Amino acid sequence: MTPLLVAQIVLTLFVFFMLLNSAAIMVYVERKVAALLQQRLGPYLVGPKGLLQPLADVIKLMFKEELRPKAADAFLFALAPIISATCAFAAFSVVPFGADTTLFGWIPAALRLQVAEVNVAILVVFAIASMSVYGIVLAGWSSNSKYSLLGGLRSSAQMISYELSYGLALAGVLVIGNSLSLRELVDGQAGTWFGFVPRWYLFLQPVGFLIYMIAGIAETNRAPFDFPEAEQELVAGYHTEYSSMSFAMFFLAEYINMVTVSAVATDLFLGGWHGPFLPESLGWIWFLLKVSAILFFYVWMRWTLPRYRYDQLMAFGWKVLLPLAVVNLLVTAAGVLYFSA
Amino acid sequence: MLFYVFGAIAIVTSLLVIGQRNPVYSVLLLIASFGALSGLYVLLDAPFAAVIQIIVYAGAIMVLFLFVVMLLNAPHEDTEYDERVHPLLRPGPMRFGAALAVALIVELGWALTRRADAGAFPSASVSSVDAIGRSLFTDYAFQFEVTSILILVAMVGAVVLARREGQG
Amino acid sequence: MPTLAQYLLLSAILFAIGTAGVFVRRNLITILLSIEIMLNAVNLTFVAFGRALGSADGQIIVFFVMTVAAAEAAVGLAIVIALFRHKESLNPDTFTSLKW
Repeated sequence: MTPLLVAQIVLTLFVFFMLLNSAAIMVYVERKVAALLQQRLGPYLVGPKGLLQPLADVIKLMFKEELRPKAADAFLFALAPIISATCAFAAFSVVPFGADTTLFGWIPAALRLQVAEVNVAILVVFAIASMSVYGIVLAGWSSNSKYSLLGGLRSSAQMISYELSYGLALAGVLVIGNSLSLRELVDGQAGTWFGFVPRWYLFLQPVGFLIYMIAGIAETNRAPFDFPEAEQELVAGYHTEYSSMSFAMFFLAEYINMVTVSAVATDLFLGGWHGPFLPESLGWIWFLLKVSAILFFYVWMRWTLPRYRYDQLMAFGWKVLLPLAVVNLLVTAAGVLYFSA
Repeated sequence: MLFYVFGAIAIVTSLLVIGQRNPVYSVLLLIASFGALSGLYVLLDAPFAAVIQIIVYAGAIMVLFLFVVMLLNAPHEDTEYDERVHPLLRPGPMRFGAALAVALIVELGWALTRRADAGAFPSASVSSVDAIGRSLFTDYAFQFEVTSILILVAMVGAVVLARREGQG
Repeated sequence: MPTLAQYLLLSAILFAIGTAGVFVRRNLITILLSIEIMLNAVNLTFVAFGRALGSADGQIIVFFVMTVAAAEAAVGLAIVIALFRHKESLNPDTFTSLKW
């Protein structure tokens, strides 16, 4: 039980706890920002400025009755939210969120602020994102109701379609950064050009960032790509028949997927934890600020844009985004070859 | 130690795959088997193979199987045989299938363990994704391009075969 | 550290299970799943030998095998869908006549 091992265990628990907190904070932020965008007040009764609203929501959800349709397949019905939530948490485990730190000299070797260090980290994120499709398709199937099945199949078809553009947008960054490990990609973005423009891959890959954000919004089933869970069309899509904690787990999974997509976008395109004015060991503050900016962008998108119809959504993913991502990769590869020859 | 755990999971889930009546459960058990195999690839210092096993097999091919099973909504098999007897226990398949499996295992096991150099592995050498990529695009470039044509042919073929009569 | 022989034996067992599945089951989807088990057993053999011989060729062949398996699964499932639409059954014993 060396101090380093203890620190790593504490770090794992800390990351888990902070992800849970981030979901709660996102619930509040979503409702408050939505309200302000629509020129109304939002939650303001529970606690100062409505800050205790997520707590009230959690307590309410815990006290609701847990229902299950009689003809539903019991095992799969219980398994689906577990798969969704597990994949959401697991995807964040390889994302680094700060520079190596020795916690002010308390531990001998440097602790990496990342739960698991693998040298194929991006592929692991991508693999676990592919697995999260199963939570949705099983939820739709096992509920044994037509709204759920349609919602589940549409949602999973949308996710696997946009996974391609997601991966190809990442490939552009990999070609420039020359590594699969997220930590090395972030470290390649340290420093500045001309003294004030940071060396972010965003400036080298603007189209790639755009494709990644659009595909990320579609992957997490958020507006304007949230047709499968649209209240007006499909009751509530694949989570129609779920209540209480299972429903909460689907929502938890959705918010944590948003956080993971934002964190990976920050690491790949926005320079991770590198920033001016602060020493390296406080880089996680910059990371938090950047992730928060992207999450605000997510919420802003939801409450500003109308929803895509399902066939428009699929046509956009296959006929516009995928060719654009392929062309982006070709141009990036040509550029790297030209400038390094 | 982890080898035995992953190996046991792979064998048990594969046996359950061929023993289940409900095809949805078969597909899910096969996904678990692929997960165990992916763990075995990590133990064999092949992280690239492990990750693409999850992305391609467990994450794409099995989703395809699951879609087909759910959309076809087929009745469970075998209405001619006695419904109460499990498929693996009916006389014909039981004798032939089990005998075939046992014969294969004994034969392959005997042949494979006879090798004099089937001993311990040499010291660790993680082949980086970088090296695999270089190899794919230089030594095996022709095969790589051929697989892309193969995938195109498969896509076109699947769309044509599954089309309803009378559609353009 | 398990030896190469143990990995090959595990692969042999999985391959035999897959073969038994193809012969025993009377459901087209389960037969296709058993074929996938066999392909995976072969992948395991390739990776084990690649590690034992110290070359990356094992993983490269696995890459190609996976691609071929994906193509074959897609076409196989399309055929299953076409057959099901015709006869409403997934039992291979119902498709015994050459006339469509």
